[in-house]
This record gives sequence, structure tokens and C-alpha cells, in this order.
Amino acid sequence: MSTSPAETLAAVAEKDTWTGKIREKAVEALPPERLLPDRQPAYVASWSYVFGALSIGAFIVVLLSGAVLAVEGPAWWHKSNVGLFVNSLHMWSTEFFFMFMVVHLWAKFFMAAWRGRRKATWITGVIAFAVSIGAAFTGYLSQQNFDSEWIGTQAKDGINSTGAGAFWNVLNFGQMLMWHIVLLPLVVAMVIGLHVLLVRRRGVVPPFAPTEAQLAKAGLTLTTTAAPTVSPPLLQEPVEPLPTEQPVPQEPVAAPALQEPTAQASTPQEPPPGLPQELLWNLPEDQT
Amino acid sequence: MNLLAALVHLGGTGKYISWGVLQISLSNLIIIAVMIIMLVAAIALPFPKHETRRK
Repeated sequence: MSTSPAETLAAVAEKDTWTGKIREKAVEALPPERLLPDRQPAYVASWSYVFGALSIGAFIVVLLSGAVLAVEGPAWWHKSNVGLFVNSLHMWSTEFFFMFMVVHLWAKFFMAAWRGRRKATWITGVIAFAVSIGAAFTGYLSQQNFDSEWIGTQAKDGINSTGAGAFWNVLNFGQMLMWHIVLLPLVVAMVIGLHVLLVRRRGVVPPFAPTEAQLAKAGLTLTTTAAPTVSPPLLQEPVEPLPTEQPVPQEPVAAPALQEPTAQASTPQEPPPGLPQELLWNLPEDQT
Repeated sequence: MNLLAALVHLGGTGKYISWGVLQISLSNLIIIAVMIIMLVAAIALPFPKHETRRK
């Protein structure tokens, strides 16, 4: 099929613009079906995978309740019943945000979730956690009561001992309030957004491959003496679409991880050519 | 609300537990315990099953 001159010119013009280049790169890195997938691998059907989403949910409540507090002001949140409720909602949603984030961190730590070129995902999570602590601490300084004054006078010595007191003055209410309601929430939201995009890009980390002892305990045996090199159903390949075509599991999450490599073991396969070694999550060195 | 406030007095002096050089507030200890329980429950409890939406 021939291309019209207008179409050719449009294609060339798009590639020559910075917006066109960014769009091309963005779509290449995160095609729509990967950005908003409607299917997930079978092993994601576990409660241990929901705490990231719960953290984001709590963060949204923090932002919304904080916005209401900003609209009404301190006299309202200290005196009126509704204001006290929203004030408490802001505090407790922060508590839940941190609780969910810590459980999410623990779960991902024990999964070694940085496997398979997911180091940037892990690091952005660490940054989000660290910046969130700063956002929460500046919140204690922004209450506008004796409690916040006491915390400020106690915190100044700790901050000054680090040398950061020259540009980070916890007794400067205006500065702390701006950090709390503008700068730090913006950074937390941006880092969380980047974290989620990286999760979409690299996929959710798969579970560890079962050991022979675990297979034996489950009543399963390998039919070959050689360990399976690759388990395609659980493979997380960053360029091809995620293995989202599996049906939602009919059994608890531990079962697919034990059964699927066994099914592959009877017909051992070679790794796809050109696949980076670190993606082969069930290679011996990846089980360490 | 008053009943809840009577159950847990949130405005009083904090309670602390000391063990040698370690010291932690009771509220923080409870939160850590709750988080550990949540993690164990998330691993142990089965996830709800769904019908396959697309064959």
C-alpha cells in the first residue's frame, strides 16, 4: 500500500519534534496494554501483593483530607467536630499509609523483589519511604498547637547536630508548613508515580522457583535429572507483554509456583535467545 | 465516640516499655505487632477465587 505525500511528511515531522520523540519512547517503554493491564500473572493472587495498592489508597486519603484541612484552617480543625474528625482522618490515614508501606516493604524484601532488572523499582520505593518520613515529621510541626511547638523545640537540637539546621529550621513554621503541604507531598507523589510505572514496565516480581525438596513435599517429582532452565509461564521478560494470559488461579498462590515448573520439567526448554541472564529468575544463581 | 474515648485514653502520658538499653512506647510496640500479624496473615490466608473473565 502506497503512502500519500502528506502522510510521509507527517511521519517525518513527528519524528523530528521533541514531543513526537518522547511519545515514541513512552509508548515503546509502556504500551497501553502494559500501562493498564487487565490481567496479572497467577502468582499475584495473594494478599501479600495488595499492600502496595493499599499504600497508594491510604496516600490518596492523606492528600484529600490534607486538602480539606488546608481549605478550612487551624481554628476549624482544632475546634469544630467535623474539623477534629478530618484532622484525625489525616493522622490515621498517615498511620495506615506507613503501616501498609512497611508490610509492603517486608513482603518485597523477603521476595527479593529487586530480581530481574527491578533494582530501580526497589530504589524508588526506598526513596518514597524516606521522603514520606520527612513529610510526616513536618506534619507534626504544622499542627499549630503546643504539641507542635514542643516537638519543634526538641527537634531543632537533633537537626542542628546534623548540620542541616542552617537551611532546615524546624522552628520556622512557615518553612515547615510549605515543606509539608507543597514540596514533600509533591516529591512523594512523583516518586510513587515513578515506582508504579516501573512496576508496570518490569512486571510484578515472580516467586522463587521451588526447590526439589519443596517439589517432593508437594508430591511432585522432576522427570529429568537436569533442573529446568526456564519456566516460561512465570518468566518476566521486559520487552514482550507480561504473561498476563493465564487465568486467575483456582488454588492458593503457593500452588502454581510449585506446579508450573514441574509441568515444564518434563519438557525442558532452552532459554530464549538474547534474553538477559538476570531475567531467568529460576536459574541457580538467582536462587541465592 | 465517648465510649471509644473511654476505652483508649489518647490524651494521657505515653506508656513505655524498657528492656535494658532498649525502650519503646507501648503504642509503637502494638503497631509493630499489628504489622507483623498483617504480614503473616497476608501470606497464610488464601486469596479469594474469581471466575475466569476471558477464556
